[in-house]
Amino acid sequence: MSNSQQQSPYSANSDAVRAELSEIDASIRSAALFFVISAISWLMLGTVFALLAAFKAHEPGFAGTQEFLTFGRVRSAHLNAMALGWGNNIIFAVGLWIMARLCRAPIHHKGLLLIAGVFWNIGLTVGIFGILRGDMTSVEWLEIPHYATPLLAISYALIGVWGIMAFRFRKGDHVYVSQWYILAGLFWFPWLYVIAQIVILWFPARGVVQSVTNWWFAHNVLGLWLTPMALATAYYLIPKVLGRPIYSYYLSVLGFWALAIFYNWAGVHHLIGGPIPVWLISAGIVASVMMVVPVIVVGINHHMSVVGLHKEVWRSPTLRFVVFGAISYTAVSLIGSTMALRTVNQITHFTHFTVGHAHHGVYAFFTMIMFGGVYYMMPRLLKREWPSAGLIKIHFWGSAVGITVMVVALQVGGWIQGMEMNNPEIAFIDIVRNTVPWLKARSVSGIFLTVGHVAFAVNFFWMLFAAGSVRAKQGPTLLTKEGGLAQ
Amino acid sequence: MKNLPLLFCGIFFALAFSFTGLILSSHIQLGGLTQTTETLVPSDTDPNAMVMAEGEPLYPAKPVGLARQGKREYISLGCVYCHSQQVRRADFGADIERGWGPRQTVPRDYILQDRVLLGTMRTGPDLAHLGGRYAGDAGRDWNHLHLYNPRIVSEGSTMPPFAFLYEVRKVDGAPSKNALTFPPDSPYAPGAGYEVVPTRRAKALVEYLLSLRINYSVPESPILE
Repeated sequence: MSNSQQQSPYSANSDAVRAELSEIDASIRSAALFFVISAISWLMLGTVFALLAAFKAHEPGFAGTQEFLTFGRVRSAHLNAMALGWGNNIIFAVGLWIMARLCRAPIHHKGLLLIAGVFWNIGLTVGIFGILRGDMTSVEWLEIPHYATPLLAISYALIGVWGIMAFRFRKGDHVYVSQWYILAGLFWFPWLYVIAQIVILWFPARGVVQSVTNWWFAHNVLGLWLTPMALATAYYLIPKVLGRPIYSYYLSVLGFWALAIFYNWAGVHHLIGGPIPVWLISAGIVASVMMVVPVIVVGINHHMSVVGLHKEVWRSPTLRFVVFGAISYTAVSLIGSTMALRTVNQITHFTHFTVGHAHHGVYAFFTMIMFGGVYYMMPRLLKREWPSAGLIKIHFWGSAVGITVMVVALQVGGWIQGMEMNNPEIAFIDIVRNTVPWLKARSVSGIFLTVGHVAFAVNFFWMLFAAGSVRAKQGPTLLTKEGGLAQ
Repeated sequence: MKNLPLLFCGIFFALAFSFTGLILSSHIQLGGLTQTTETLVPSDTDPNAMVMAEGEPLYPAKPVGLARQGKREYISLGCVYCHSQQVRRADFGADIERGWGPRQTVPRDYILQDRVLLGTMRTGPDLAHLGGRYAGDAGRDWNHLHLYNPRIVSEGSTMPPFAFLYEVRKVDGAPSKNALTFPPDSPYAPGAGYEVVPTRRAKALVEYLLSLRINYSVPESPILE
């Protein structure tokens, strides 16, 4: 395959190692394919919900006669389809695959893994259907009705076990930073999910203890689930594709533990000014600011590993997405720490600024890195190359332009909204009117993102089903022409 | 970092730390909060202690009747994604100046709610004290028109219409006393011979909205006049 593998420090100098990787890839192929197909299907459905919700935000009468299409339900269906449908499925695909490869442990009992995956997606389908039909909980990030959540929790636990088993039965002495992140994420997510379910929905805690638990959970879905998985993927792919080791081992240790300790206290910053004991909020603010440490450390590690090889990054479909995501991680995290300061939060809280920030994190950082992961993984699983470099470019530009327009529109519009909201001289309805142009800009950004996603899906299913038309022996699909390192 | 048990301990304690610090400790601090009278009086037996005044009503009041069903509609329709229910203190934001409540809300205000809907968005205004701004039959009528189509009473609003909670029907004999009264020449009014009546769900939702009131003091956050 590509010459990058031969130059990578973590694999592939010998035919024997390559054969071993190939065997591991084969062991996880059917399960990983199932998860990628599910993820892309949820991504497309989530995009439809997103467009509907975005359009309704400035044209409230649009599709307004049907109860199941009312804004509150569609935006919740969007969030859950994206977070648990796209996010979790793509993590199960890319994360477990990277874990198996780094542990040099082929996946056993892959039929069971597949069945657990099927149940995860059944549970989610029931859940999203329940949201639309009116059974949602109105607890942010936990909207799925109670009759679907036990199925989700159990099937998740079954899937997560494979990652932990791979680690338990790993070969070799070396443990790479990606493995810590994946292991930790696989353990943190079910804990967060089960506790939040119990404390908020099954045996509701008294009063605002529910709200504290809600934001402990919701922020940690980003911080202790999506973030470690995306960082693990970036840590795996950057050295792999560029053929040079990660900049600093010690920084990666520091970055991991700083994230583990600080991130999970940060969620309370969503309740600043609210009816919560002040010491709790202060703890959340301190942790949010301390997040600067792991962010800078990871930033240095990722960016220094790439320095000087920008042409290669631009040429590789994988790295073009991954590096976009890594840069976004630095940006979104520093903005997030700033937003936790009381003076800034007083303006941004309750506005579209926060919505922009959430998409900055989940899309510009997490999703872009996972796109990169799919571009790298698929040729190795299927032993064929991506059919169209043009579609990859359309995907990249659609996603990159779309998310940039969205974040800028929501954060500029949200800042203005917040400034106006703190000025009691301005009538509330005028503030609402002033947000409309920015919300229209968000709808435009949604069209860019949709174009990107369609290009991605077309390229993917073309690769999957039209095997004969795919250039298998001409080398990897690259985005620019000059020679050099590949994919 | 090759030792699985050690790595696992670190991973475990990282989350256990915040779970204890945030959730268990707030449960210990707030889990025992009870209803109280608006002010406290010195105790007869211990002059240093303050106790609840005997015979005074207890707050927050228990939600009753139709309002409880209305809260289910509020949850099912996802109102919380655009409307918060919390009033911040006077020098933090402009909540009190905007008339969103006469005082800051505190943890005790939420203790009787089986689902707490603080909210994190103010695409629309805060609703913690909606029933204080719109009360009685006038408040009921306004809220019904506003739910049927917000632009009837609030031009430029981006709130979705909830017309599916209302029934448009032919006037059969005398018009229903529940029928919505539209402003004259309203483009949203039904055609001649038709009327718009709220379903039970709409009535419950409006009762819930009117029940959202901060018209009482608690010792830790009194209404200052």
